[in-house]
Amino acid sequence: MEKGAAVTPPRPRRPALPPLARFLIRRVLMAILLAWGVTLVTFVLTNLVPGDPVAANLGQRAMNDPEIVAQWRAEHGLDKPLWEQYGLYLQGLVQGDLGDSQQSHRPVSQDLAEAVPATLELAGAAILISLVLGVAFGVIAALRRDRLSDHLLRLVSLIGISVPTFWLALVAFYVFFYRLQITPGSGRVDPALGAPPPVTGLHTVDALLAGQWDVFGSAAGHLITPALVLALYTIGLLTRFTRSAVLEVLGQDYVRAARAKGLPGRVILFRYVLRSALVPVITVAGLAFGSLLSGTVLVEAIFAWPGIGQYAYKSATTLDLPAVMGVGLVVGVVYLVINLIVDVLYGVIDPRVRLR
Amino acid sequence: MTLAITDLKVTIGGKDILRGVDLTLEPGRVHGLAGESGSGKTMTGLAVLGLLPHGSRVTGGIALEGRELLTLPPKELNKVRGGEVAMVFQDPATSLHPMLTVGRQLTEHMRHHLGLGRAEARDRAVELLRKVRIPGAEEAYRRYPHQFSGGMRQRIAIAVALACSPKVLIADEPTTALDVTVQAGVLRLLRGLCDELGLAVLLVTHDLGVMSAVADEVSVMKDGLVVETGPRSRVLREPDHPYTRTLLASLPDAEVS
Repeated sequence: MEKGAAVTPPRPRRPALPPLARFLIRRVLMAILLAWGVTLVTFVLTNLVPGDPVAANLGQRAMNDPEIVAQWRAEHGLDKPLWEQYGLYLQGLVQGDLGDSQQSHRPVSQDLAEAVPATLELAGAAILISLVLGVAFGVIAALRRDRLSDHLLRLVSLIGISVPTFWLALVAFYVFFYRLQITPGSGRVDPALGAPPPVTGLHTVDALLAGQWDVFGSAAGHLITPALVLALYTIGLLTRFTRSAVLEVLGQDYVRAARAKGLPGRVILFRYVLRSALVPVITVAGLAFGSLLSGTVLVEAIFAWPGIGQYAYKSATTLDLPAVMGVGLVVGVVYLVINLIVDVLYGVIDPRVRLR
Repeated sequence: MTLAITDLKVTIGGKDILRGVDLTLEPGRVHGLAGESGSGKTMTGLAVLGLLPHGSRVTGGIALEGRELLTLPPKELNKVRGGEVAMVFQDPATSLHPMLTVGRQLTEHMRHHLGLGRAEARDRAVELLRKVRIPGAEEAYRRYPHQFSGGMRQRIAIAVALACSPKVLIADEPTTALDVTVQAGVLRLLRGLCDELGLAVLLVTHDLGVMSAVADEVSVMKDGLVVETGPRSRVLREPDHPYTRTLLASLPDAEVS
């Protein structure tokens, strides 16, 4: 922008679309391209792993019979060249077919349709808890800098960051379920009540939709401990990031200018400080969601949560390649969606981003 | 409205920042406050609005038309801020929030202080933008600060400061961050607004050239004290204090008229 010019009107390249819409379209197209890249990477990586799916799936006797092995390979398309296998895989993928699991003998898509909502419910609850508590803690710590509450919150976040999730999961399970008996045990819902009619696949939401309050109570009760365990790390992370982001923004000229305007403290905090501070926090929350997903493998194992973490573990140990690829694809797409959301939020929060 | 600062002392972390400052601002007059960096000019301005950094200790008096500002309860002080005493900061690139529209930043304190409705505040904001000579005021209302040049941004900041019709305006180095070519325009605007609205203006600057162009009275600060004060022509032509003479001597010859 030239200084001193009377006015600098924005130069519209395509005046038909507002900047925010252009920004969104660009990001979505990019995400689709990346999703294709994810299929390529998961396919190649899965086929590169040293390990013979035949050995993992057929018994010792069958292994020694070349005819059975050949038949099994042909059945699963493993006798064709790799590029052809990839072509077939993509062809199936567009039709929603991820192949059949060699373990469950069911379509992988069907397995995933059951496992993914369970994990999304767990991880979603965890990220919600982390965002609410992490941001609130961070803001409090920043506003009460160097006072007792700041020091206490620093300790809490340090514990959250340093304690390994699997250990915390075990301890929480032992203390709250086994010793104190204040939380329900493993699984997603009390088996006596049964799952609510599936709409979204999230038991808590489905129970509410069906108006089954007892099921909702049971599902929420089963959810809270693993979600908290999973969230603790992200709470610690977000507390620290929010604290430093808020402190930085508090020192900005425009916050002092807002005070000079005589705006009430809460307006300054929410409109002036948080709006800016949330930009780095959103970045971290997006990244943290990734680590949260990997954390689910352990938490799901300990709380017997029938999610994608458990499914991934089972498929990987049995070299169930279609299932492994399916998991890889789902996790990759979840990452893409999270990144897309983060990018879009940037654009919504910060008008300067839209212009790029 | 007259703003009288008497024997203002500020200590931050055991260090004396201001050591007894006396200043009087009169309506319709621009009072220039000069001095090198660290002499306490900016702190004097911030003290008036109660915006000193945390841990500052203040004594003395800041009276707005006889009302003591230093002892006002926070709520009352918030009414004075922006409502009766407004401030323009040095760098318009950082003193406007980058993620809020110009219109939002112009109207929010109007609506808060004056209790205006959305439409009323909007009309008044557009009028203000015209007054500070922003071309295309209607359009500018919807835009964000980064879409304007530095000089235009400072004009917007001035409009923001004037939104609630304050009686006192504190301008802290309002032209220092601007190109020389646009400085004159912003100074002319400040001068004009001061005359037109009867504002009492405190113009903080280290630039004696700026000072000589617009100030009616000039005070010179050094080490937290006002060492010399008086009408511009006297202070700049026949300075009493050796420090003022040093300041003037450090200028290129032609600048002070």
